[in-house]
Amino acid sequence: MTEITYREAVVRALADEMAADPNVVFFGEDVAEAGGVFKVTPGLLERFGPVRVRDTPISEQAIIGTALGAAITGLRPVAELMFADFIPVAMDQIVNQVAKYRYMSGGQFIVPLTIRAAQGGGNGFGTQHSQCAESWLMNFPGLKVVSPSTPADMYGLLRGAIREDNPVIVLEHKGLYNLKGELPDDAGPLPLGQAKVVRAGRDVTIVTSQLMLHRSLEAADALAKDGIECEVIDVRCFAPLDSATILASLAKTNRIVTVEEAPHSAGWGGDIASLAATEGAYWLAAPVKRVNMGGALVAYSPPLEDEVLPNVSRIAREVKAVMAG
Amino acid sequence: MTTLALEARQAALHRMLESRMAEEKIQELFLANLIRGTTHLSPGQEACAMGTAAALRPGDTVTCTYRGHHHAIALGVPLRRLMAEMMGKASGSCGGKGGSMHITDASVGLLGANAIVGGQIPIALGAALTAQVKGTGAVAVTFFGEGATNIGAFHEALNMASVWKLPVLFMCENNLYGEYSVWNKTTPVQDIAVRAASYAMPGVIVDGQDAEAVYGAASEAVARARAGDGPTLIELKTYRFRGHSRTDMAPYRPAGELDEWLKRDPIEILKARMIADGQLDEVEFEELSRAAETAVMDAVEWARSEPFPTLEEMTKDIYYESAGA
Repeated sequence: MTEITYREAVVRALADEMAADPNVVFFGEDVAEAGGVFKVTPGLLERFGPVRVRDTPISEQAIIGTALGAAITGLRPVAELMFADFIPVAMDQIVNQVAKYRYMSGGQFIVPLTIRAAQGGGNGFGTQHSQCAESWLMNFPGLKVVSPSTPADMYGLLRGAIREDNPVIVLEHKGLYNLKGELPDDAGPLPLGQAKVVRAGRDVTIVTSQLMLHRSLEAADALAKDGIECEVIDVRCFAPLDSATILASLAKTNRIVTVEEAPHSAGWGGDIASLAATEGAYWLAAPVKRVNMGGALVAYSPPLEDEVLPNVSRIAREVKAVMAG
Repeated sequence: MTTLALEARQAALHRMLESRMAEEKIQELFLANLIRGTTHLSPGQEACAMGTAAALRPGDTVTCTYRGHHHAIALGVPLRRLMAEMMGKASGSCGGKGGSMHITDASVGLLGANAIVGGQIPIALGAALTAQVKGTGAVAVTFFGEGATNIGAFHEALNMASVWKLPVLFMCENNLYGEYSVWNKTTPVQDIAVRAASYAMPGVIVDGQDAEAVYGAASEAVARARAGDGPTLIELKTYRFRGHSRTDMAPYRPAGELDEWLKRDPIEILKARMIADGQLDEVEFEELSRAAETAVMDAVEWARSEPFPTLEEMTKDIYYESAGA
């Protein structure tokens, strides 16, 4: 067992997969010589050389298109888009090309392609550098979407994504890069598509992810002092979504709260609410509660940014309201 | 100028005739509602595809546009599988999931026709990256129209291909019209080839009606790419004899323009040259035409009798699922 940061987990996973498979290549803006704008990928260029580790121009469409073409001809590319807010710049390639390439060719290709991007608010980056991308990407069959919340999951899920024969978008939360955690000595690739019960509890299920997971766990600790036992689920993989784990928890607690770092409308919490309504309605003792950003955006000003993102006291308050309902 | 050997000339003429006949038949089938949706026909542009294909070898790859039936036939996609794909049949080249705009056949190097203008351009960079990383010596060709040179992905792709010295042929079929708009209303440069200068690569202008001129320019670019000297932009001056798509009668064309271009029919140009060189006579040409028509009719009849995909196909190949999954 070693202690590593979420940031170190990324580069360790990349290095281990690149060492294991010469077909893994890695490119993106400032990832090679500079080691990434978040200093997430240092040392890869030195270790694996300029053929396999490359800096690209600021050309998101070309980055993703190149990764796709490489994936369907025998490489296993990992492409970085720096901020997840830049995903929309490459949306044609991601949505119309990457997600559909296997299907519209009648299964002629596998698309072993990983796209990494850093997402999330709370750091004063302003409106165009603070968004979370899961909900944008869940409407495109063909993609897998992974959002690790801990160093161990970051390591295992990124390795799992690189080994996937399908396109996977791995979203790293900027606010977690310094988070420390234990990595087992025998850690390896983790399977995608499995949520994780992070904290067991009998009274109410909280479904959440990344920064909101850590805030929800804090809220759960506070609520436990008031006698409310929360079961906290880390979604980990938004596509495909692990419905079974969520429904099993709902069957036990009869109450469900989603805590989302995203606007309300067409946000992923709506899918969880839909799941509860369509497949878990008989277990529901109270209406589903969604805690999110409402209709607001992430502003630069500290008090505004602090207010728009669900915080520990708001999560606790909303959970209490659900318990009272 | 570069000429093709006798056998290659015969093959080019044969496939141009098949392509012309196939397109005429496809138009009939669409108008008779035997094929659904829309189609974009290539008569007039056959030499662009045949001349380029003659310069390639197995292992090279092509991405192309939704006006791509001539590329498919030039590369050797079987007529039966092409026609079955037009009709959405299970034995089509994409199992019926692609259709007219997405003809794909990896077995002949056709990585896919694309229905997003210019979306296929960056994908070629990826195939070229695989060739570069693995040292296969393969080149990647991407066909697009002059209209696509106004989208961002075109510029990103040329830039990145040049920076990385990728073995790519950027083949612009300038047929004068981007959908319904004449090129000079939307494009400020006289020749698309000059755009190569911005990306420090050769920009070449070629008579796109002359299969051997296309072959000559493509061969030079292929040699350059295989030698590691990077990409080339080739502008093929050509013309589409029909409108943009199925229902477009092209009223926007000035009177007499089509007639002038019909005098430069790529089939007639190669035919005349072969007759002049004593390699062909009118009787033999008639026989070749009839053989092409017979092959197309056989493909149509075969495709009509083939079954549609079973409904289970609807959800197959969205993701690759390994045997163990």
